[in-house]
Parts: sequence; C-alpha cells; structure tokens
Amino acid sequence: MSQAATKIEPAKPLLSVNNIEVVYDEVIQVLRGVSLDVPEGEIVTLLGPNGAGKSTTLKAISGLLKTENGEVTRGDITFMGERIDSKNAEDVVRSGVFQVMEGRRIIEDMTSIENLKLGAYTRNDKQINQDIEMVFNYFPRLKERTGLAGYLSGGEQQMLAIGRALMARPKMICLDEPSMGLSPLLVKEVFEIIGKINKDQGITMLLVEQNANYAIRAADYGYIMESGKIVLDGTQEQLLNNEDVKEFYLGGGNEERKSFKNLKSYKRRKRWL
Amino acid sequence: MNFELLIQLLVNGLIVGLLYGVIAMCFVLVYKSTQIVNFAQGEFLLVGAWVCWAFLVYMELPFFVGFLLTLAFMAAFGVLLQMIVLRPMIGEPIISVIMITIGLSIFFQALMKWIFGVDPQSYPQVFDTQSVQIMGLNVEVAYLMSTAIALFIMAAFYFFFKHSKHGLAMRATAFDQQVAQSLGISVKHVFAMSWGIAATVSATAGVVIGLVNGVSDSLSIMGIKVFPAVILGGLDSIVGAIVGGITIGILENLAEFFDSQYFHVGNMYDIAPFYVLLIILWFKPYGLFGTQDIERI
Ligand SMILES: Nc1ncnc2c1ncn2[C@@H]1O[C@H](COP(=O)(O)OP(=O)(O)OP(=O)(O)O)[C@@H](O)[C@H]1O
Ligand SMILES: [Mg+2]
Repeated sequence: MSQAATKIEPAKPLLSVNNIEVVYDEVIQVLRGVSLDVPEGEIVTLLGPNGAGKSTTLKAISGLLKTENGEVTRGDITFMGERIDSKNAEDVVRSGVFQVMEGRRIIEDMTSIENLKLGAYTRNDKQINQDIEMVFNYFPRLKERTGLAGYLSGGEQQMLAIGRALMARPKMICLDEPSMGLSPLLVKEVFEIIGKINKDQGITMLLVEQNANYAIRAADYGYIMESGKIVLDGTQEQLLNNEDVKEFYLGGGNEERKSFKNLKSYKRRKRWL
Repeated sequence: MNFELLIQLLVNGLIVGLLYGVIAMCFVLVYKSTQIVNFAQGEFLLVGAWVCWAFLVYMELPFFVGFLLTLAFMAAFGVLLQMIVLRPMIGEPIISVIMITIGLSIFFQALMKWIFGVDPQSYPQVFDTQSVQIMGLNVEVAYLMSTAIALFIMAAFYFFFKHSKHGLAMRATAFDQQVAQSLGISVKHVFAMSWGIAATVSATAGVVIGLVNGVSDSLSIMGIKVFPAVILGGLDSIVGAIVGGITIGILENLAEFFDSQYFHVGNMYDIAPFYVLLIILWFKPYGLFGTQDIERI
C-alpha cells in the first residue's frame, strides 16, 4: 500500500493495522490484507460500499470480532506501540480505543444518563458526573430527554452513542457509520460535533462512512476499501481531487451510493483492482 | 365468615409472598443476565440452610456470625458453580443447559442427604420471644424478621441495579452482550456475579424459612413453588417477580381459607396457585410484566 508521500509523518502512528486478514466462522474470509495508519490527533476515514469489510476492520481493532466468531488470521494491529489484535474487547477499551458500533446500539431500556454512566464503566475516578455535563454541553438536547433512551430519535441516539464513547475518556474513537439513517441536517450537525470533539479534546478518530462527501471533508486522511482490500488512500485534498473518487463517491451530491452502484463493476475493476 | 382467620391468613400470605418474591427475583436475575432457566434455584435455599445449620449446630457459632459466614460461603459457591459447571456450557443448546441445571438440582439434593441425613432438623433457638402482638394480630418474630429481610433485599436490588456500576453493567449485559463488551464490561464476570448474588440471596431466604420450619428437603421445593410467581410476573421482569411472589403467597392462603371454611377438599394450599397461573397464562401468555419475545420452554 502506498503511503502518502506528500505527508510529513510525525514518528509512529497511534494506531497501525498491518496487513490483516480476517476470517469468520473459520471459513469466510472477509479481509484480505488490510493496512492502515491513524496518526495521533487526526481524523481518518475509511470508506467503501456495503459489505466491503469496514465494520469488520473496526471490530478487528476493538476486539469485538471474537463475539461474532471472527478471527484475525494474519497480520497485526498495534495501538501506541502495543499489540492489541489478540486482546479481548474489554482490554482494548481499557487501553484507550472505544468503538461506537454501527446502528448506535444504545441500551434502550435505560435512561440517557444510565447509558452515559456505562460509558464510564472502565473508569474509577470521581469526575464522572462532570463528564456527563461535558457531554450535555456537546449535545444539549440530550439533557432535556430524561426518559428511556429507546424513545429518543435516531439522531439523538447517535448523539448518545457518541457521548457514551466520550465518557470512557478514550484516546481514540472508532465511529461506524454515524450518519446512517439521519436526515441531511442532522448529518451535518453530527459531523460538526465530531470535528469539534476532535479539536477540543484531541481524541483521534477513525471514521467509517458511506457518506463520502461529509466524511472526506471532515477527515485529514482517507482510505477506500472494496471487497476486503484497500484500493485507494490519500489526504483529504488528494481524495477530493481524485477522478475516481469524484465519480463514484462524490458524484451526485448526496446520491453517491446510487451512482456508485450503477458504475461499479466495469470501471472500478479496471482502474483500482 | 371468620374475618379474624381471613386477615391472619392474608398477612401470612403477604409475608410468605415477599419471600417468594425474593426467591423469584434470584431466578429472574439468573435468567435475565445469563439466559439460563435455573432448575437448581431451590437447592440454593437448601444448601444455604444446611450450611448455616452446620455453622450453628456443629461449630456452635452465634447466629449472626454463622449467618454471615453462610452468605460468604454461598457467594463463593454460586460464583464457582457458574465458572466450573456453566461457563463451559456457553453457546451450547438451551436444552443442554437446562439438563445441567436439573442435574445440579438432583445432585445437591442427594449430596445434602448424604452429608446431613434424611431427617429434618431445626435451628437452635434464635429469638427469645416467639411472637408479638401487632394491632391485635399474633405475629411470629421470625416472620417479622423474614419481612424485614425480604424488604431489605428488595431495596438493595433496586439500589444495586439503579445506581451501582456493577448493577448497570449487569443490565447492559442482559440487554445486549456485544454492546456490554464494547463498553468494556466483562460478560464472564457478570455471569459469575449473577450466580453469586442469586446463591447468596436465596440462601438468606433458605435460612429464614429454616428458622420457622426447620431444615429439610422441602426447602428445595421452594425452587419449584416460585415458578408460578416467576411465570406470572413474566420470566424476565424483576418487578414482576415481586408482584408474582406476593400474589402467589396470598392466593395460597386464600385457598387455604376457603377450603377450610367451605370446600374441605384438602391440599388446596399447594394447588390453587398453579390453577390461577393456568388461567392467567391463558389471557396473558407472556405474564403480567414480561416482554413478548421470550421463548417458552
Ligand atoms: N458475523 C459475521 N459472520 C459471517 N460473515 C460476516 C459477519 N459479519 C460480516 N460478515 C460478512 O463480511 C462481509 C463484510 O461485512 P462488513 O459488515 O464488515 O461490511 P461493511 O463494509 O461494514 O458493510 P456495510 O456498509 O453494509 O456496513 C460481508 O460480506 C458480510 O456478509
Ligand atoms: Mg458496516
């Protein structure tokens, strides 16, 4: 995989995924040698069509693969110089990586505050209530909703899921499709807050998205994945100016998925694989 | 109609019902967090009561010392049982796990008989006075203690699940194990903890009943007796377990009352709750408080 030549990399990246292969149920190979680097303090996005293996990559990082009978069979994942690919999920959280899973996955039969408290499960300090206020500052509308989290709107649930991640005080957050199912206005709001959190708190983000328009603009660097492989990577600028990215992902404004699907097989094969 | 007897029996029903509620809560706790239907629930009472009896009679410890030691023993017992017997069964078909808990039930009944013999035994005298008068009613001190303990346990459960970090973690695990893991919760620990709590709390109920009725095999029948309570409340609802427990306790005593006054069938006490259960399930197949998607076995 080609590293961005234009970038001056400051020492080692915070997270580094090296040539991993992932197999589910001992036979279904989903990732075929994926490598990516996430430098400290940056937002890196991972894009790709349905079934490309984006969520699988995140689960490999967060240790959740084991809960789905998946396994990293080759390669390694290091976080702050330490191997994490064989750690189980709780230890990965304790080492500072927190995943916000696809579909938000908040605990519906609990209140927002209980959900937030659970985000802080691995912490033992006394500042948990302060941090709940901090989350409410980012997402003021969560404060008003005191009922069960299951009754929150999709956007509010996404905010709660991000807030819950903040409660763990992680070094890095892996976000899996935060824009999924949200109205354009809410997508904009959520992405703005993600950018703000990254700036204010210096939390590194790995952002998996299908909404390439927003994701590339929010990110410092991006990877594009297809059928379990990285097919393209580059800085925000490089991606925004890349002809293929323009055509397949940025094409019809918000309708990138549609145009991508129509054009997929022929052109993509020729150029990227 | 004999009102005095009726009221006395209703109070009895409430007192016993609270204890049923406590036992049913333990059952629901294990079911909710580990999806295991624990047919060895009654044996937690049995083992706990015998262990406490041994502390008091063989080692001649004062009651409260023996009782606290029993709780510590039962916590370890529940945790180890989960770790050694049930943890390896994770992922196995639900029917295999049920067979295991039935096996455990038979095993511990036999073990207790082997160690302590087949005769019922009574605890040494704990309270100086047997009964007190409250508002003209004759109430046994042991019953008062039973009520106090049951209410205390219920309040403790509420506080634990509402405000403590570990209680929240257990609820999260009950809701979705993968989500729990993504939050840094160890599902293994939660499973072990739920068995530990269930064993400890059940043992408390076992000792309380033992104080009144003595220790015998019949304690393990409590595990079966709370089934109507649990199912009435809806297999997965803690509040339902309490309501179910109280309902069954009162029903039993009402049945006793009407039987002794009018029908003279005998044995209504034991059977009535099951009939009521049948009728309720007819109208509310998931119990009064249960969620729709639980599978009946
Ligand atoms: N638990 C699993 N067991 C078996 N196969 C799986 C499992 N999870 C995902 N897969 C398969 O792995 C492939 C990649 O799935 P993954 O969820 O990583 O894709 P994705 O890029 O996140 O897609 P989407 O955009 O739809 O979320 C798919 O073909 C999927 O069917
Ligand atoms: Mg996905």
